[in-house]
Amino acid sequence: GREEKNTQAKSKCKGKKEKKKEKRAEEAEEKGPESESAETSSSTRPALPPTFSLSEIKNKQRRQLMFMKLKQEKRKQKLELRKKRRKEREALGDKAPPKEVPKTIENQRVYDETTVDPEDEEVAYDEGTDEFSAYFNKLINPKVLITTSDRPRGRTVRFCEQLATVIPNAHVYYRRGLALKRVIPQCISRDFTYLMVINEDRKVPNGMILCHLPDGPTAHFKVSSVRLRKEMKRRGKDPTEHYPEVILNNFTTRLGHSIGRLFAALFPHDPQFQGRQVATFHNQRDFIFFRFHRYIFRNEKKVGIQELGPRFTLKLRSLQKGTFDSKFGEYEWVHKRHEMDSNRRKFHL
Amino acid sequence: TVSLQVIWDLISNRQFCSYKVKTKTQQFCRNEYNVTGLCNRQSCPLANSQYATVREEKGRCYLYMKVVERAAFPARMWEKVKLSQNYEKALQEIDENLIYWPHYMRHKCKQRFTKITQYLIRIRKLTLKRQRKLVPLSRKVERREKRREEKALIAAQLDNAIEKELLERLKQGTYGDIYNFPVHAFDKALEKQDVESETESEEEEEEEEEEDEDVGKREFVAADEIEESDLSDFEDMNNVKASDDEEEEEEEESEEEEPPAKSKGKTPLKGPVRKKRAYVEIEYEQEMEPASKSKAS
Repeated sequence: GREEKNTQAKSKCKGKKEKKKEKRAEEAEEKGPESESAETSSSTRPALPPTFSLSEIKNKQRRQLMFMKLKQEKRKQKLELRKKRRKEREALGDKAPPKEVPKTIENQRVYDETTVDPEDEEVAYDEGTDEFSAYFNKLINPKVLITTSDRPRGRTVRFCEQLATVIPNAHVYYRRGLALKRVIPQCISRDFTYLMVINEDRKVPNGMILCHLPDGPTAHFKVSSVRLRKEMKRRGKDPTEHYPEVILNNFTTRLGHSIGRLFAALFPHDPQFQGRQVATFHNQRDFIFFRFHRYIFRNEKKVGIQELGPRFTLKLRSLQKGTFDSKFGEYEWVHKRHEMDSNRRKFHL
Repeated sequence: TVSLQVIWDLISNRQFCSYKVKTKTQQFCRNEYNVTGLCNRQSCPLANSQYATVREEKGRCYLYMKVVERAAFPARMWEKVKLSQNYEKALQEIDENLIYWPHYMRHKCKQRFTKITQYLIRIRKLTLKRQRKLVPLSRKVERREKRREEKALIAAQLDNAIEKELLERLKQGTYGDIYNFPVHAFDKALEKQDVESETESEEEEEEEEEEDEDVGKREFVAADEIEESDLSDFEDMNNVKASDDEEEEEEEESEEEEPPAKSKGKTPLKGPVRKKRAYVEIEYEQEMEPASKSKAS
């Protein structure tokens, strides 16, 4: 008590090093009655954990100093451990135990029971008879209508134009305040297979509604990080008219499967390999990244890719069974923030 | 009893009126029973004994008249008359009810009634049109999502994934015969043997064998999806009949499309491939030879 205060008062006039020494002396005093004489090799502080924590030190400078020292010690210990382990491994040579795999979010992902087994017959049957079967049986070629919400601003308009170059057989139309429910029957009558509506907020596209037309499912996505062509570094020339290939990565669950088919059906099924263009939809932790590249095989082990075309990321918000109908539609899947966002290891796509 | 003039005098300039709102150029009156919205001697419901307004409730318009005898009981002061839905009839009703009233009051009431009917009509029209639903964004959630997206992007390693997938497809033969890449082992054997007695058919057979071996050996790429559409593509590509001339044309086109920087990548390939092709060309592709040679240089 009083001794401590005296020493504190004294230390205010002294420099840092002296302070440290004083601290050590103090703590030795404090811990004297409690601890044993064992001390770590690196410092004069005792090895037994003191019954007070660092947060109880009222003096900020001293507290910070102690914390820094604690951190340095920890780092040293970690380094020593590492070295030891490496030496052991080298010593054992071939007999060494295999390297431990670090934990990643993908490793620790909560197993989703709707994960698709590649040989699942039920899934295969479903996919053979769902709304995309017409496309996948090569009966129909896709025809896409791209439009926006009311009064689109420049960025959205340019984004739509670029999308139209990426997706073959796509047409951009102005919205002009039309109701989607009236637009859809007209599209069906003109043989469109897809309706894509880019929603805009504050001059920037932020949502996408993708509607498969002859009463197909409607997916609502949140669009983020849109990069237009001129903003991309080291990009190639504009994409040509060739049909691109499609890569769909990491769509594992049933829901992911249906979304994957939704994307696949946007593109015609015979990609023209002469064009060497590939559109990628890569799902990672429920974010779908879209990229458009031109590739070239330098030899059979190396391929070079060059990014053309816009890039954006999608996050699925809801999947509805019929065509777009927000009031009376039947939703297959809706993103519920409080249930689904709470667990960091659980993903749905 | 305080006279109305005195009331007005006090309200307007000297004392405080809680309904009064002053702007730079005008004074407004926030009283609900005010006919115009302004703070005037003639429009003040407090400073006029003969006062009337039109107000609407749930789409129906009512004429409110002030009964001065009940000025002490503000809750019962206003008399309410329901007006008809028909515009002209309602105007007549206003006239009947406010008969012998000063012209100013009647006029203002009718003006207010007109404006009210107009905005009611507009409301009805708008509800039939599309209504934009505003969904509020939670800033915390947006920040969280942004951060997660960045992390997911880093974890995705998109370029690697795409390259892997493309090489996979090449190995599986989805591209058919467009790219004639000899596999490494075969290449070395070729160089060693000093190409003499190999015909094109033998080369093809060996290529296929090599590809089959690779197919067996290929590493398992976790969580990659081979979609049904792609599978159907594979089948199709196998059935594609590409004549040699067509292949050559395709290769020419693909090489022309390359930007010049990429040709550097191509030239090391030219060596061994050239060797094999030279042999082939002697037998089949004589027409194409000069074109490919000029490009190589």
